[in-house]
Amino acid sequence: MTAIPKPTKTIDWRGLAARIWPAALAVGLALLFGALLLLASGRNPIEAYTALLQGAFGSPARLAETFVKMTPFLILAISVSVSFRCGFWNIGAEGQLILGAIASFSVALLLKSWPAVVVLPLSLLASVVGGALWSGIAGVLKARFNANEVITTSMLNFIAVYLLAYIVNGPLKDPEGFNFPQSSLIAEAFQLPRFLAGSRLNIAFLVALVLVVVALLFWRSTLGFRTEIVGASRRVATHVGLNVNRTVILVALITGGVAGIAGWGEIFGIHYRLIDAIAVGMGSLAVVVALLGDLHPLGMVVSAFLFAALVVGGNAMERGAGVPFALVDVIQGSIILLVLARAYIFRGRRS
Amino acid sequence: MNEQLPVRLVGITKRFPGVTANGAVDLDLRAGEVHGLLGENGAGKSTLMNVLFGLYAPDEGQIVINGQPVTIDSPARAIALGIGMVHQHFRLVRPFTVTENIILGMPTTPAMLDLKAASRRVAQVAQQYGIRVDPDARIETLSVGQQQRVEILNSLYRQATVLILDEPTAVLTPQEAEELAVTLRGMAAQGKTVVFISHKLEEVMGVTDRVTVLRQGRKVFEAMTAATSKSELAREMIGRKLEDLKREQRTFVLSLAGVGEDSPPAAAHQPDKKGATAVLRVHDLCVNDDRDLPACRGISFDIAAGETVGVAGVDGNGQRELVEVIVGQRRATSGTITFQGQDATTWTPRQVIDHNIAVITDDRHGEGLVLGFNLARNAVLKLFRRQPFARRSMLQPDVIDDFTRRLIDDYSISTPGTQVAAGKLSGGNQQKLILARELSQSPALIIANKPTRGLDIGAAAYVHQKLTGERDRGAAVLLISADLDELFALSDRLIVMYGGQLMGDMPIGEATLEKVGLMMAGTAAENLAAHLSQQPPEQTQPAVEWNEVRNG
Ligand SMILES: Nc1ncnc2c1ncn2[C@@H]1O[C@H](COP(=O)(O)OP(=O)(O)O)[C@@H](O)[C@H]1O
Ligand SMILES: [Mg+2]
Repeated sequence: MTAIPKPTKTIDWRGLAARIWPAALAVGLALLFGALLLLASGRNPIEAYTALLQGAFGSPARLAETFVKMTPFLILAISVSVSFRCGFWNIGAEGQLILGAIASFSVALLLKSWPAVVVLPLSLLASVVGGALWSGIAGVLKARFNANEVITTSMLNFIAVYLLAYIVNGPLKDPEGFNFPQSSLIAEAFQLPRFLAGSRLNIAFLVALVLVVVALLFWRSTLGFRTEIVGASRRVATHVGLNVNRTVILVALITGGVAGIAGWGEIFGIHYRLIDAIAVGMGSLAVVVALLGDLHPLGMVVSAFLFAALVVGGNAMERGAGVPFALVDVIQGSIILLVLARAYIFRGRRS
Repeated sequence: MNEQLPVRLVGITKRFPGVTANGAVDLDLRAGEVHGLLGENGAGKSTLMNVLFGLYAPDEGQIVINGQPVTIDSPARAIALGIGMVHQHFRLVRPFTVTENIILGMPTTPAMLDLKAASRRVAQVAQQYGIRVDPDARIETLSVGQQQRVEILNSLYRQATVLILDEPTAVLTPQEAEELAVTLRGMAAQGKTVVFISHKLEEVMGVTDRVTVLRQGRKVFEAMTAATSKSELAREMIGRKLEDLKREQRTFVLSLAGVGEDSPPAAAHQPDKKGATAVLRVHDLCVNDDRDLPACRGISFDIAAGETVGVAGVDGNGQRELVEVIVGQRRATSGTITFQGQDATTWTPRQVIDHNIAVITDDRHGEGLVLGFNLARNAVLKLFRRQPFARRSMLQPDVIDDFTRRLIDDYSISTPGTQVAAGKLSGGNQQKLILARELSQSPALIIANKPTRGLDIGAAAYVHQKLTGERDRGAAVLLISADLDELFALSDRLIVMYGGQLMGDMPIGEATLEKVGLMMAGTAAENLAAHLSQQPPEQTQPAVEWNEVRNG
């Protein structure tokens, strides 16, 4: 019976490395693959990647723009990670973002003449409620009827996309919008101020960083622990006295509520109006960002930044080096494949 | 003459870090014999046979098969040499049928399967040895005893001439053990060699022709079974004169060995139940199973503080549903459960936990622990919401870590630290962790559902000690077990379930193996049950010591 020595508090570097290197490997391989493709098509990969880096980080404004793109990726990834760690496979972040956008936009519309200090917090709250209700449907269906949330959340995505299309083509269509599928602008007082000329960086980015801190705290809370127990094993959860169904519904509300905030950021910080393509492709991207970040809040900061840089830099590369943006899609696709492969290869080894 | 021996082990030595599991062991196995390998837990029985089966390479020594020195470097090689082994944990694919499992991995299995023909051959082999098994049944529908038969059949199908069984009766009901004995005798009669590993003297006396005793890795004794006695074997196993041991130690050791020279330890304990109110009172309880068919039909019993009530019964006679309804995972269709005077019939698992009722599940992996979580997290699975483990809804990692370290110390859990995944521990240490967690809050009631399932005897003995200690502290214990030795050793009272009903409820002093066996089988139980439940247990016959019955 040897007393177990109390470990001194140091960072577990080996454990950290074990979590990081697979992700780094995935990204490295994908970039390598992209370079090979460039070579095969007779382009200079170093030139192309230089253009990409320039585009993403070349100037304060460029870097700021990368942060702008990173904002919804990060928020959605946090949303997804909470649900995944609970074993609730929410792939409907896109739909929840849309509902959050619609709800918060409605507040701005209804309270048009109210002061911004009231409307902005209210609209943020509305975005949470909108997203939460949307995923809550899937949560209740799961808890009550054991309906597979992968199916229900993706079905809800379709409904959300078409609902938004209807709204911006119908009742809320901007009469002066040259027939574009978009609503009119929100009142100028509600438009979040931008930090930097030439960039759209705004307060929504700080909101995303606050969410990272909240997520870190969440995993140290009893609620987070409860979530993880349910995610690890429903039978154990039941045995230790947890209400599995209630936890699932709660997690559904949390994941959707967080996703809704991304919608608020896009409306009040970027577009200032509802547009039909507000969230295209973001749901699946969020899943990849979350997985690449190992579902850890800090890991997802890195992976969200990386994906944002790819998108922003990719645009620049297309313009500057004449490399089609499709290459960025290929690199992203490779990362997705490698991340998924990693999930299979390392399954069971991860604790 | 030696050339005729199917197996000779010569001077086998096998060392593990820190222990010599086998030290220069010689062992001759003859054709047509059941050879008992007897020894205390850790004596090296499993290791020796794992060497023969090619799982461990010996550090020294030689294996001689049919007069030929051989090197057995893998189980595949052992099988090719006609050696089969049935481990304590079965290696069967649960969704597959018996036949599929048996032909699985056969080198001669053709690419195109002819399952019908294979199934016929399996049936044929089964018949030859009188093994009752349906070749087309899926494994998951079979009882543990039946699965063991499949494992035996598996070896026979591969034409094993030497069959090793490692503690085969540990998982069987008395009836199944009886049937196994008949099967093994039949195999010996047909010229096979059977190695029967056990630590239970009665079994060894009953089924073997020859017996070898190992003690601390050394062979200390060999004899024809007919020419030795239980007390001689027990002496050899333990290596000291029994009289030298202190009384408690002796009873303990004896109960481990299953020797019946003394009264079972439980009989020595006389809880003062006069005037004691029941901690748990189950009254006329009816419960349905998953298919909504009645699983418990009017169960009634009480447990007083400081009392262990054992539930005997063949698996699947309502014990599981009884436990589930008490711990809040299932609803009773009628009847009541009372805990310390409060109505607990419809409590949720949460309420059960909040009333400080400990539940030791029979499914460590599926229910008791999250194997991917570290020990600290597992230690507070039930407690994490309470002070001081959580404060203002935030977990307190330092407090949790200290608590875990204390459990590890108190229960001698062998682990490199608190941050190790529970899945990395051995089964015995996992069970200790569960025990530590469940008993840490001094529960008033402990529901122990097969608490030693799948443990080696060392760990099992530890669990027994702890449960007895809790009982002596004043806890009420409900012990469900398929192991009669365990029930007899720990219980103050025994109830027997059959077909969802109580066949009997008796003080341990009045329980005999014969009586309990009859009740478990449900045969002639009506009379017995009616008799026992209506009158206070009267002595119709002198209370026979349970172990004497076994001896006789
Ligand atoms: N794989 C192993 N690694 C280290 N030690 C082992 C291993 N297997 C068995 N031992 C040790 O060898 C000794 C004999 O064990 P075992 O053969 O399992 O005993 P038995 O089967 O008689 O109970 C014990 O001290 C045990 O701890
Ligand atoms: Mg053993």
